Amino acid sequence: MTVQITVTVNGQPYTRDVEPRLLLVHFVRDELALTGTHWGCDTSNCGACVVHLDGTPVKSCTVLAVMCDGQQVTTVEGLERGGELDAVQKGFAECHGLQCGFCTPGMMLTARWLLDRDPDPDEGRIREAISGQLCRCTGYENIVRSVRWAARQEAGRRGADQGRADRGGADRGGADHGGAGRATGEGTHEGTRA
Amino acid sequence: MQVPARFEYERANSVPHALALLERHGPESRVIAGGHSLIPMMKLRLARPEVLIDINGLAELSALGVEGDALLVGALVRHAELLADPEVGRYFPIFHDAERVIADPVVRNRGTVGGSLCQADPSEDLSAAFAAVRATALVQGPGGVREVPIRDFHRGPYETAVEPGELLTGLRVPIRPGAGSAYEKVERRAGDWPVAAAGSLLRLGDGVIAEAGIGLTAVGAEHFAAPEAEAYLVGRAPGAAAFAEAGRIAAAHCNPRADQRGPAAYKRHLAGELVRRVLTRAAARAGSPEGEE
Repeated sequence: MTVQITVTVNGQPYTRDVEPRLLLVHFVRDELALTGTHWGCDTSNCGACVVHLDGTPVKSCTVLAVMCDGQQVTTVEGLERGGELDAVQKGFAECHGLQCGFCTPGMMLTARWLLDRDPDPDEGRIREAISGQLCRCTGYENIVRSVRWAARQEAGRRGADQGRADRGGADRGGADHGGAGRATGEGTHEGTRA
Repeated sequence: MQVPARFEYERANSVPHALALLERHGPESRVIAGGHSLIPMMKLRLARPEVLIDINGLAELSALGVEGDALLVGALVRHAELLADPEVGRYFPIFHDAERVIADPVVRNRGTVGGSLCQADPSEDLSAAFAAVRATALVQGPGGVREVPIRDFHRGPYETAVEPGELLTGLRVPIRPGAGSAYEKVERRAGDWPVAAAGSLLRLGDGVIAEAGIGLTAVGAEHFAAPEAEAYLVGRAPGAAAFAEAGRIAAAHCNPRADQRGPAAYKRHLAGELVRRVLTRAAARAGSPEGEE
């Protein structure tokens, strides 16, 4: 038995005939060749396979592709916009948020979701958000710093936008300068939020 | 690679449609919601349904809120939704306590309340929380809706009162104005199943305990409850000595088994201590109109 499904992945609709037992992680990796989503423990523990399903992170090793018919999926390949990396991706690059990189796509997708709901999370909030995801390099300190970096950068950008609106576009406002995260560490309140 | 064995797939578009599909496909069909219990079981061949009936599209099962003098929790409510709902926190902080320690945030986005209860894992957290607050399960079949007291819902490990051809549609929890409730769990690591966990609800009146509900999980408590400890508390003044004694009674009446999460004596100790703690917290919350914290 196969079932025809149409799933919109990173904004592009894909129609495929799938076996009902096909897991979402294998659908995106094997059917769509989007191998940025990693396939890890297979038991919904490690979080390497996290994707957004209708905007919410889920562990795609424990979701059937057939259940996603008509829904929106975002994978790590969909984080960048118009060739520009998302602030979370930049944060992981700036703050050495990855070593082997296996957990990174899932970590970044959960971080993106967290920042969309809570633009200024402290270390505790970040650690809670990624508590269902394992970094086998145990690089959590830098993952937390990376998310904080992204939060500061986006706060700075919002501040700059507000500044331009207030001052007729003449001022960059409180725009953040990237590398500060490495010096100040996580969980601090740097006053970059204008 | 872990993949389920082959099965056929049906998508229900209403509760009557789901019931018709269950009737057509018979006992080898299973309902799937969040899938976070059933899909792992299917990967391990511990479950091998021939047909899966997907109820994720049934918006009528996602209701969550106060209806009359009760809290109504639809079977398809996700763990994350129960945790995020302010009315749930106001009337039943026990559910927020429990949801903070159920699995992890990403799993909570997908897993459902009804799925957790129907899986009937003997270590499941919400089973103890709903037992503590004496919820009523709403079970719908071809003949209509049956109301099943939650303490009759679990027949044993992985076995519930939901018969073939029936569907758990939701749970109703009577609101007790001024009652307090709490849940606490000991786990080996973030997101794990409990070594032991306890929940409680207390309603006070005229300086004594008017109603006591105690739920226990992972310690072999029949129907996830501690009725002997509840009976001890009713009519007594709330206080440290009474709560410690209730914990001792609950620990004596449960039946924990040694496994990789610890020896039986340790679990029994935890059962008593956790009951004492959740009674203390529930009493502190009782009488406060905002309930939570």
